Amino acid sequence: MQQMIEELATTAQGDMVINVGPQHPSTHGVLHLLITLNGETIKNVEPHLGYIHRSIEKMCESLSYRQFIYVTSRMDYLSSHINNHGCALCVEKAMQIEVPARAQVIRVLMDELTRLASHQLWWGALAMDVGALTPFFHAFREREMINDIMEETCGARLTMNYMVPGGVMFDLHPNFQKQVKAFITHFKGRFAEYDELVTGNIIFQNRMKGVGYLSKEDALSYGCSGPVARASGVSCDIRKWYPYEVYPQVQFTEVMETEGDCFARYMVRMKEMAQSLSIIEQLIDHIPEGEFQAKTKAVLKLPKGEFYSRIETARGDFGVYIVSEGGTTPYRIKFRSPGFSNLSALNHMAKGQKIGDLVAIMGTLDLVIPDIDR
Amino acid sequence: MLSLEHITNAVHQWLYGNLSEGWALFAEFVIIGVLAISLFSILGLVLIMMERKVSAYMQVRIGPNRVGKKGMLQTVADTLKLIVKEGLTPDGADKFLFNLAPFVVMVVAMVILAPIAFAKGFQIWDVNIGVLFVTAVSSVSVIGILMAGWASNNKYSLLGAMRSGAQIVSYELSAGLSILCIVVLTGSLRITDIIAAQENGWWLFKGHIPVIIAFVIFLIAVTAETNRAPFDLAEAESELTAGFHTEYSGMKFALFFLAEYVNVFIVCAIGATLFLGGWMPLHIGHWQGFNHVMDYIPSSVWFLGKTFFLIFVIMWFRWTFPRLRIDQLLNLEWKYLLPISMINLLLVTVIAIAGWHF
Amino acid sequence: MFLKQYISDVYQGVKSLLRGMRRTGYYFTHHKEIITQEYPDNRDTLVLAERFRGEVVMPHDENNEHACTGCTACELACPNATIKIVTRFDVTPEGKKKKAIDTFVYHLELCTMCNLCVEACPTSAIKMAPTFEHSVTDRSKLIKKLNRPGSKIREGVE
Repeated sequence: MQQMIEELATTAQGDMVINVGPQHPSTHGVLHLLITLNGETIKNVEPHLGYIHRSIEKMCESLSYRQFIYVTSRMDYLSSHINNHGCALCVEKAMQIEVPARAQVIRVLMDELTRLASHQLWWGALAMDVGALTPFFHAFREREMINDIMEETCGARLTMNYMVPGGVMFDLHPNFQKQVKAFITHFKGRFAEYDELVTGNIIFQNRMKGVGYLSKEDALSYGCSGPVARASGVSCDIRKWYPYEVYPQVQFTEVMETEGDCFARYMVRMKEMAQSLSIIEQLIDHIPEGEFQAKTKAVLKLPKGEFYSRIETARGDFGVYIVSEGGTTPYRIKFRSPGFSNLSALNHMAKGQKIGDLVAIMGTLDLVIPDIDR
Repeated sequence: MLSLEHITNAVHQWLYGNLSEGWALFAEFVIIGVLAISLFSILGLVLIMMERKVSAYMQVRIGPNRVGKKGMLQTVADTLKLIVKEGLTPDGADKFLFNLAPFVVMVVAMVILAPIAFAKGFQIWDVNIGVLFVTAVSSVSVIGILMAGWASNNKYSLLGAMRSGAQIVSYELSAGLSILCIVVLTGSLRITDIIAAQENGWWLFKGHIPVIIAFVIFLIAVTAETNRAPFDLAEAESELTAGFHTEYSGMKFALFFLAEYVNVFIVCAIGATLFLGGWMPLHIGHWQGFNHVMDYIPSSVWFLGKTFFLIFVIMWFRWTFPRLRIDQLLNLEWKYLLPISMINLLLVTVIAIAGWHF
Repeated sequence: MFLKQYISDVYQGVKSLLRGMRRTGYYFTHHKEIITQEYPDNRDTLVLAERFRGEVVMPHDENNEHACTGCTACELACPNATIKIVTRFDVTPEGKKKKAIDTFVYHLELCTMCNLCVEACPTSAIKMAPTFEHSVTDRSKLIKKLNRPGSKIREGVE
């Protein structure tokens, strides 16, 4: 037994093997990393998955097209709205349901609020990963306001299940516009503090700059998407490339950096927050009147065929692939989650870096483990 | 006015008057031991409470507020919990060293207390090499940490301990050099002499900019030496879970925890003694009236006030900054702090020889 | 030139650190910014959003009447088999048999508060209530019977 443990603990070259996780403060969940170390330097990182696998894809096969949407909130719980939205989009695409203009604007507003909330949590968690605990609480202060807005309109704070095929579940709460405007003014004031506390900090910049480099080619070959790929100079914003809902009508820029290091990923997300804020500002006063939900049949039946739709979540490209046999439940569902592909680049980025860098790289990848494992 | 000096002298004379010399000395040892242990427990309770409150306010929270009035008994409750908790020794650990390590760390912290002057004439041991004693003994604590890391038979602990070793050994240099600045200015290693030399003004104000630089370097170096954030690489909870004390639980963990805070107190007390005049009230040159008013505040209050101010500054560091990486930590020491403090020491020597200080 | 760069690096670094310390120092001294809510103490003033989904309830009016016809639309809409409706046949005064609910079983421990049952209900007999203190000491206490004893369906609801 003792001998077996020793064999497992060291490689043939005498390097140390450490199990990081599944219970570890910086893996943000139950990710298990098997890292091979030479002193402080990382030689290999091997992610082990499966600790939070709930077979959501299989589960969806026994649920109807109205029911399966709620399960996807449990995948990427930080952008559950956008996940639900992606599924609703796929069903609508298959059934050719026309979503009312009001519902489209509400969906985009909710998506951007979710993106903001997700990035705020990421910002706090990244700061915590590199050792500063205080920003976490400051980030949650702002996130709490978004959660309150969500609670008022959608009835839940994290797993909203607000999107239904053909629109949204309820109309906006009468307070919605007022609350969102209050949030925008509050957040604009606090955004400068984020820079003071973290972005400008010399220790933080040293921890981030030049760490975890991912070239444009590697980002493409690993299938990275979202802020991770955009920080390496890959233009991959689904909102620009395959626009859905009212995104073609709003003004926003696809944030890009070319350095490909942790700091670039950090800056992409920080600038994306500003972009999301600007999208919300553009739309909040121009919510059209009308229906919030298209008239649909009580039981949805997708025509026979294969359907795919993609959407930009806070972490990247989220794809929904439905194979329908014409019944009330899907024959097969596959989700393309952004976190899984982003995680696959971890080994490439972390090789030759220090343990502290591994934590920073994982922080900038913005991993949500249930999203990776499903 | 009631002075601690009178009490200690009275006790000393009473003991030596009533007991034989050997027994009197023994009785004094016992009294000092009891006092030191009770100081430790009180310090642990107060400092942990202070840290939690400081962090809470900086993080827009309230902090503990349930146990006792305004949560003041929270640390007492936590201590009780730690006492009744099982002290687990992992299978495969070096049991002797594993159990010894927390006590080594603790005893080292206790020994450094000896030359610190808590108030006028209230000092355990006024040794003539006081400053040297402090710097020498404080470097022993790294042995305790290395011992804990090695004996735990845990790779996280080992990494944490090795980091801690590299860190403490290098930061001791700049801490020592900045302490030397004051020794050069005073011309004595004895703590009493250093305090006495600051009667007409603290060294921080008397020694021009070089002493201020030395003070800043001292603060940074002792923060690193006590393994506090942003230099808490030995613990680094997001990287190494809990570093060298990952495997410790119950009271053994509490000893490490306590030793950290007591070490913070001690280094801050030394900083206050060297740069801010220890128990010496704020005196400005020859302003007799002002100096006289300041003397009315008891010397122990001055000492504790200065020490707690420095402790607050160190806590402020902790709750603001991200952690450094191990190579950046060593870069900071060898490329920035050490050259600066060496040049600084030269400048201070010039000032001391030329007598340019006030 | 090297020295100038070195000094400017140190200056910029220290400046950025002091800026961060000023921010935390501001929060340390400004206690008005504290956002903590002391939960059990503020229970009386705690107002949840009216749409907050805490559990499924079946509103009864003052005559102990509800609007549930026992159509089991909610049972079908539920993704988790949270709702189980046991029906019986009442005999109306005219001698006709009429379907009515006997027991509306609601498993709170299975519920994910997705609101699909409320959406599916044709007579608005059930709704979500903004309660959230659901902790109990035994799992069986989470299985709830939503229709009150002796209650019957409101007149005119089909």
